[in-house]
Amino acid sequence: MNSAVTEKIFVKGNEAVAMAALEAGCRCYFGYPITPQSDIPEYLSRELPKTGGEFLQAESEIGAINMLLGASAAGVRAMTSSSGPGISLKQEGISYMAGSELPGVIVDIMRQGPGLGGIDASQADYFQATRGGGHGGYRIIVLAPNSVQEMYDLTMQAFDLSDLYRIPAMVLADSVIGQMKESIVANPRPVVELPDKGWAVRGRQEGTEQNVVKSLKLGDGEMEKFHWMMHDRYQLLADKECRWEEYLTDDADLIVTAFGSTSRISKTAVAMAREAGMKVGLLRPITLFPFPKRAYAALSEHCKLFLDIELSTGQMVDDVRLSVARDAEVAFYGRPPGAGSLPTPEELFEQIARHYRACPAATEVTL
Amino acid sequence: MKQVFTRPDSLKDVPTHFCPGCNHGTVHRLVGEAIDDLGLRSETIGVASVGCSVFLYGYFDIDVIEAPHGRAPAVATGAKRARPDRIVFTYQGDGDLAAIGMSEIIHSANRGEDITVIFVNNTTYGMTGGQMAPTTLPGQKTSTSPYGRDVAKDGAPFKMAELLSGLDGVAFSARVALNSPKNVLMAQKAIKTAFQYQVEKKGFSFIEALSSCPTNWGMSPLAANQRVVDEMIPYFPLGTYKNRADL
Ligand SMILES: Cc1ncc(C[n+]2csc(CCOP(=O)(O)OP(=O)(O)O)c2C)c(N)n1
Ligand code: SF4
Repeated sequence: MNSAVTEKIFVKGNEAVAMAALEAGCRCYFGYPITPQSDIPEYLSRELPKTGGEFLQAESEIGAINMLLGASAAGVRAMTSSSGPGISLKQEGISYMAGSELPGVIVDIMRQGPGLGGIDASQADYFQATRGGGHGGYRIIVLAPNSVQEMYDLTMQAFDLSDLYRIPAMVLADSVIGQMKESIVANPRPVVELPDKGWAVRGRQEGTEQNVVKSLKLGDGEMEKFHWMMHDRYQLLADKECRWEEYLTDDADLIVTAFGSTSRISKTAVAMAREAGMKVGLLRPITLFPFPKRAYAALSEHCKLFLDIELSTGQMVDDVRLSVARDAEVAFYGRPPGAGSLPTPEELFEQIARHYRACPAATEVTL
Repeated sequence: MKQVFTRPDSLKDVPTHFCPGCNHGTVHRLVGEAIDDLGLRSETIGVASVGCSVFLYGYFDIDVIEAPHGRAPAVATGAKRARPDRIVFTYQGDGDLAAIGMSEIIHSANRGEDITVIFVNNTTYGMTGGQMAPTTLPGQKTSTSPYGRDVAKDGAPFKMAELLSGLDGVAFSARVALNSPKNVLMAQKAIKTAFQYQVEKKGFSFIEALSSCPTNWGMSPLAANQRVVDEMIPYFPLGTYKNRADL
């Protein structure tokens, strides 16, 4: 599609996801309308057929995730997208995909909950995304963009990582990132060597083995073996695929940590704190699963105070606490999702200043 | 001597786990014959459902995807959309298709997906031990309708072959039974037609096979076979309810 594009284009976050899916060679998209992600199916309903791909509006999110399962099992790149209530309905299918070692990309433009909640930005589905979400004990790859450019880049990476590891991959953003417009470069697809999908169902050819895509494992010890194999695969993911961004962390006495839209606001607040003479930095996980534990471990060697900021009452903070050195302290500031709950940079600056002053290692600063 | 009765190539040479007198094995055989007769073995993808037929991949020597309970038509939709040149069929029980999977079946039929659905109606949930199904007959006792199905409370059994025939996307909808050689031959013909229509891209094709479940009906295989004649066929009349060739 955009293989020669290097100039800047001005698009919505959700559109960037859809454009990246086309560029990544997505052949099938299945979805059901829900705010704030509907720009994705709308864009793909227009553009995917032009590339010979299949767009299908499913009867429900349950239908959509199972269509994704079927298309993925047949060996093509496929995607679905939704938000809170719909992502909950998809969990059964995601669990089956995980159990069947199927790739597939799921985009979650988070909205408030529980229940119908509301459509404002939320990060309260961190647990649902990073803990697997469905039954049986599994994980999926979770990528958390904080800009429209990253909506594009990480969607492409989601396809690659998912195929490479045969684990469903989720792009986890919130309505701010999904709905805002920024200029981006729609990079041509980075060339990645991906293994042949020899496991896919294609119709059993003469002289070849039958291919079966299934999650049922009744053989003696078969399921236990599967779980340990996946455990090793998750470890490999953690070793090789953790991504994060650091901003002014080298000499920091306090490190703010946040993902998605809150990391953007936090970055502004960190810059404000620097201007006020405080040694403050930012650590932003880009992969939420695998969680970049070693970045926290390394930074907490010298920085003993972290401030985790989320649009929830605290979910990622659990992972941060498990990742930092034992003598490092992790403070939390949360704004549970809801209309009017998006913090301002000034508000976060206040929080930073309050914790910074209490920090024994902090350099003297007068405000 | 000429051998006149052999196992279809599409089926593996293995014993099945089905109970004595169960018609799942008969339906497997007829599907295997249709695939063989039409020369579709190397292009067919089967979608297994959750129920006594979950081991489809163990008996058919073809590529198979296992679907979550009730979702086989959605999984088949995804596979067919991804590979329109392949023949895709689902194989589902009545709990799977007409209860938890009602949304998926109705919508895939209405979209006219070029898939074939083999629906085994045995008026009960076989695998989970004989609970009431959406096709359980009025008054029929099951482990969750110990006083008999009460139509006033539970509704009347779904007649799926008739119901789906009302949808424009459906090219073929027929109900067959397996209780007698004559009916098996009719079933054989209908199943082959259903696959043939898919080959011709006519649209959605649907076979409802009235099937016995001696184990959960608490009957001998022979008595169960008789129940198909005495109770099931009168309520679920056999026949072709939709045939796009007729239109
Ligand atoms: C979501 C979900 N709910 C319930 C079950 C349990 N379950 C397994 S098979 C089955 C019903 C099987 O009955 P039917 O579809 O009629 O097929 P049969 O076994 O009679 O061939 C149920 C309810 C399940 N596997 N998944
Ligand atoms: S329980 Fe019923 S449907 Fe299942 S194998 Fe036995 S007879 Fe067949």
